[in-house]
Amino acid sequence: MRAIWIALPFAALAACSSTPSQDEQPPAGVEDRRPGAKPSAQPQPVKQPPVAAVDLTAGKRAALSALTDPASILSRRSIYYEFDKYDIKDEYKSLVEAHARYLRDNPRAKMLIQGNSDERGSREYNLALGQRRSEGVKRMLLLLGGKEDQVESVSLGEEKPKSEGHSEDAWTQNRRSDILYQGEY
Amino acid sequence: MRFFLALIASLCFCGAARAQLSIEITGAGAQRLPVAIVPFAGEGGLPAAISAIVRADLERSGLFRGIEVPPLVPPPTEASKVDYAEWRSRLADALVLGSVATRPDGRFEVRFKLHDVVKQADLSGVAFTLAKEQARFTAHRIADYVYEKLTGEKGVFSTKIAYVVKRGIRYELQIADADGANEQAMLVSNEPIISPAWSPDGRKIAYVSFQNKKPVVYVQDINLARQIPVANFKGSNSAPAWSPDGSKLAVALSREGASQLFLINADGSGVRRLANSSGIDTEPVFSPDGQSIYFTSDRGGSPQIYRMPAGGGDAQRVTFEGSYNVSPRISRDGKNLAYISRNNGKFQVALLDLATRQVQILTDSERDESPSFAPNGRMLLLATVIGGRGVLSAVSSDGRVKQRLSVSAGDVREPAWGPFIQ
Repeated sequence: MRAIWIALPFAALAACSSTPSQDEQPPAGVEDRRPGAKPSAQPQPVKQPPVAAVDLTAGKRAALSALTDPASILSRRSIYYEFDKYDIKDEYKSLVEAHARYLRDNPRAKMLIQGNSDERGSREYNLALGQRRSEGVKRMLLLLGGKEDQVESVSLGEEKPKSEGHSEDAWTQNRRSDILYQGEY
Repeated sequence: MRFFLALIASLCFCGAARAQLSIEITGAGAQRLPVAIVPFAGEGGLPAAISAIVRADLERSGLFRGIEVPPLVPPPTEASKVDYAEWRSRLADALVLGSVATRPDGRFEVRFKLHDVVKQADLSGVAFTLAKEQARFTAHRIADYVYEKLTGEKGVFSTKIAYVVKRGIRYELQIADADGANEQAMLVSNEPIISPAWSPDGRKIAYVSFQNKKPVVYVQDINLARQIPVANFKGSNSAPAWSPDGSKLAVALSREGASQLFLINADGSGVRRLANSSGIDTEPVFSPDGQSIYFTSDRGGSPQIYRMPAGGGDAQRVTFEGSYNVSPRISRDGKNLAYISRNNGKFQVALLDLATRQVQILTDSERDESPSFAPNGRMLLLATVIGGRGVLSAVSSDGRVKQRLSVSAGDVREPAWGPFIQ
């Protein structure tokens, strides 16, 4: 009853959307983010076989450790912004490029980008601003070869500050997009 | 059938009242009308002294000053003959007399009468029949009556407010009487709760909860522990605003990338897009006539407030001064727009008279958020930060009367003033 009630207007919207429907793609995140949770009215995407330990070749292992190796640019995961801005500053472009390369080289890798803002101003505007920030990173990753189904962008607004302080310093740290790979969120 | 009850380990609904809001008056009107509220004969039989609550309500408005009344023997009632000269000598401009009687069915009857001492006129009164638990509410109704007779505008003492309290890692969506009493938790969660919005009939609240690790818009009956997810699409779902008839909600959704405005039916069905912009559109709010939607957008390069037809269409910019104007709220008469404006690094409440285009900054604090009009438009409730702690503050629309509402050991934020109780 409920599944149909919520799925119908949804399917109708997806059908007339001009962009290739994002909604029909399996989300990259940890959870099903579609309304109605498990819409039986929609076919489930074919599940990829789970990656078993035996599938991990030496190369893959190296790639994975590169994500956390402090010597690798891939271990850098944060992009910082000016107040009320969402453009990616030049100093972070090589970082985003490196992650785009990783996505290209590892088609099964999945990523979540969380956009954040400092605590000043409206909570709702900050939520939208955080979304714009994470969306900006996602767009750049896709331009550089990442695939839509590899990257999900979300916003935490000002609600989950990394620094709890109320100083310029804390605000600088909190105006941020974070890149997380599957297994890290 | 189509409702579902979210019961997650980290989530519980409870009505247990904790340390309630305490209100401190930090500024008052220049001229306060002296009013004598004589203790009601027999009010000791009720759990709350009616006369004390009426006096506290009227004083909190910043427009009245309660006069000390010595014990009178025998205690006068609404039926007593009034010696106006005597009350005039006590410097009272107005006088409230009343009594409380127990009825045979165990309920109570409260009667009162208001007098204009200066004009030596009986402004009449009302009688209420009530159960013991309704003593506070009845007192607020009496205060509303007195306020309306003396000021010509409706009182808001019997209305409710909603707000979010953060205690440690816990977030609580609370509703309380306008004086902070009777706090009652609607939702407790370990994830953020923002943007509560009262339905026009005051029976439901729409809000944004992150309980499923992302912002989702829910609607909940204030008397029930049942959440209805009404906007739960891919991406962020936020900023709910009720249409004046309560049938629809305007929301901000990021299902197609950036935050954009959509309209949904109040049960979550029939989603349709309201506007298209290349930037951020959020914080929609309906004008009281339902014809327009005010919202925040950065389409012009900085966040500003815009207005567009409620059915969608071209938007017109409304705010022009400054580079950061957000969180539009419209007064019930549609004449004033309150919003948060950034001035010299400070975020303050601004009030724009839509006819004259005059802007007045109402506060002098550093970090104001979420203004919310009282239903009579006289006061605004807002969130601010004092000493590193989130508190609520109330300011009159002329900027003169100021109050602070805080809870011990917690941050209070996201206030929303409920509608008139019918």
